[in-house]
Amino acid sequence: MDIALKTARIALVGNPNSGKTALFNALTGAHQKVANYAGVTVERKEGVVRAAAGRSMSVLDLPGTYSLRARSPDEEVTRDAVLGRLAGETPPDVVVCVADATNLRLVLRLILELKAVGRPMVLALNMYDIAQRQGLRIDLDGLRAELGVPIVTTVATRRRGVDDLIAAIETQAEMAALSDSRWRSPDAAELRAAAREAERIMKAHVRPPERPDTLTGKIDAVLLHPVAGLAILLALLFVMFQAVFSWAAPLMDGIEGGIGWLGGLVAAVLPDGLLQSLIVDGIISGVGSVLVFLPQILILFLFIIALEDFGYMARAAFLMDKIMGGAGLHGRAFIPLLSSFACAIPGVMAARVIDSKRDRLTTILVAPLMTCSARIPVYTLIIAAFIPNETVWGFANLQGLVMFGLYAAGIVSALLVSLVIRKVFWRGAVEPFMMELPTYKVPDLKSVAFNLWLRAKIFLNRAGRIILPAVTILWVLATFPYPPENATLPAIDYSFAGMIGRALEPIFAPIGFNWQMVIALIPGMAAREVAVAALGTTYAIADAENATGLLASTLAAQWSLATALSFLAWYIFAPQCVATLGVVRRETNSLKWTWIMIGYMFGLAYLASFVTYHVARALGGG
Amino acid sequence: MTDIIKLSQARRGDRGVIVEVGGHTHHQANGVELERRLLELGFVEGARVELLHEGLFGRDPIAIRVDDMRVALRRHEAASLTMKRDLA
Repeated sequence: MDIALKTARIALVGNPNSGKTALFNALTGAHQKVANYAGVTVERKEGVVRAAAGRSMSVLDLPGTYSLRARSPDEEVTRDAVLGRLAGETPPDVVVCVADATNLRLVLRLILELKAVGRPMVLALNMYDIAQRQGLRIDLDGLRAELGVPIVTTVATRRRGVDDLIAAIETQAEMAALSDSRWRSPDAAELRAAAREAERIMKAHVRPPERPDTLTGKIDAVLLHPVAGLAILLALLFVMFQAVFSWAAPLMDGIEGGIGWLGGLVAAVLPDGLLQSLIVDGIISGVGSVLVFLPQILILFLFIIALEDFGYMARAAFLMDKIMGGAGLHGRAFIPLLSSFACAIPGVMAARVIDSKRDRLTTILVAPLMTCSARIPVYTLIIAAFIPNETVWGFANLQGLVMFGLYAAGIVSALLVSLVIRKVFWRGAVEPFMMELPTYKVPDLKSVAFNLWLRAKIFLNRAGRIILPAVTILWVLATFPYPPENATLPAIDYSFAGMIGRALEPIFAPIGFNWQMVIALIPGMAAREVAVAALGTTYAIADAENATGLLASTLAAQWSLATALSFLAWYIFAPQCVATLGVVRRETNSLKWTWIMIGYMFGLAYLASFVTYHVARALGGG
Repeated sequence: MTDIIKLSQARRGDRGVIVEVGGHTHHQANGVELERRLLELGFVEGARVELLHEGLFGRDPIAIRVDDMRVALRRHEAASLTMKRDLA
């Protein structure tokens, strides 16, 4: 009876695109924890399922794979977890193989491999509603007998079949015996034999669909069209960035108003003095100036998540492969690089899908050049302050256009840098590019919303854990020591922050930065958007006697256009994110490559700012 | 008359059956690995294939229907696959 009382451990295994993560979400709901496996940097997603009679099971969502014969770090984790060889992990009591019911051929071969491992197993035939709609007939009893494995049909996005699945897992956990693993890495001949066996099982128990999916073919005829497909991809990216600006504006105004109202309220309640200054000028204005960008970040993620769920990302990789290949990148690098538009950290980690070490390293080195969402606060602030909000060419918003240009600058420089990396550091065999193009699916609203919520949580967590202490420290640096009695300059000139800023100012003077900007760059190393909070704090304090206007209008009055453009150029390149550098160090497992990245990015940043500043001054922007 | 070609030589709309996977690629250092990866993605002898789409530059990469799924790969890798083209 002991076995029934202890928490059963479940591992989810399946092909990519089988809806495995959707099933994981359906099983565990909000009860999930995302971390890393000990020693490696593969994302470890674990959750808890409440089963009948109050018992709970822990579920591990393993990276998708076609085979236990691992080729990438992700797939190694899947293999080792299933085999019970993963250091620090208890072997799973039950392996749940998640299969796309409409695409069984490859997963049947995987099931044959999993069976050789000898652990109790359940097969979840997911997306069963689509199979039924297509008139695909699966002889469940026959398949069950043939495979010797319990089978449950599920529709993860509708939570259908989830209770049956939990019951089947519980039965297997209690009843099924563990046998010795007979698994070993299959060679080509064994793979052929297994494929033939899978084919025989398919023929015997699965009748081809009466109404096969023709929609995917029709959509692909447009989206993968050599010319129209690329045009659509570009248009999509353009719409995405315009949307980030225009859709978010009302929400951002609302948040900004709320923060102003809160600051005013606190200022009215608290007596004048240090505490009021810390809370209003330090914390509320600092955190508020970052919080305001939540709508933009969520809109960007909304596009990325929806396109991924729709099945478009693999198409984008297909369309971009040749262009990226020309720059020495792998087509698969498109997804890590696109994720880097949100944040370089998931981008660098997503580079694990690239099997080749060299291609992976190149992708990691250029991923931080992609315009991550932490740059958005900096870009929008400067754009709002210096670029007029007007329509050009009759349709495009000038501010949106400048933003588009900044993104383009990031992309072009990433391609050029990877070309240089390939020429300087290596030349060798081109790695294979092959990937499944999944069937298109209408993204499920609930799961998109759930993933968006996860993103918002991560962003707010960051805001709390990194930005709050950073702005507090900055407030201290900007407040103490007090100015002398007969001070003629703003108080901040006499503070620690002023001293540090002035000490470093000569280094940055040639690129047009004043000392306030230099101060902002220092906490800005914690995370890019902290620079905005820092500017907010320094200028709010320096301007204490003025009514607290918008930071943007303060900057517009204080900086020249050349300085503003130079600051933008700096932010395209500078590796202003300690967290990213930490992840790069871990992922490359090399200090040398981390330093190479830091060096080339700061070098490019200084060079670009220098050129931008002097060109802008020469053209009259000084 | 047979019409045996490398999949890398196929053009949009060509259909047929895979007759050899790997084959003469073993002189490549990673030929054995490539063969296994192709097999795992469903490219086995006897699989029905159809070239669905070609990229803009150099008609590369290509999208192939393999039995009932779709796979994207470069012509460079497709050279390891031999197909018997259906006669129109």
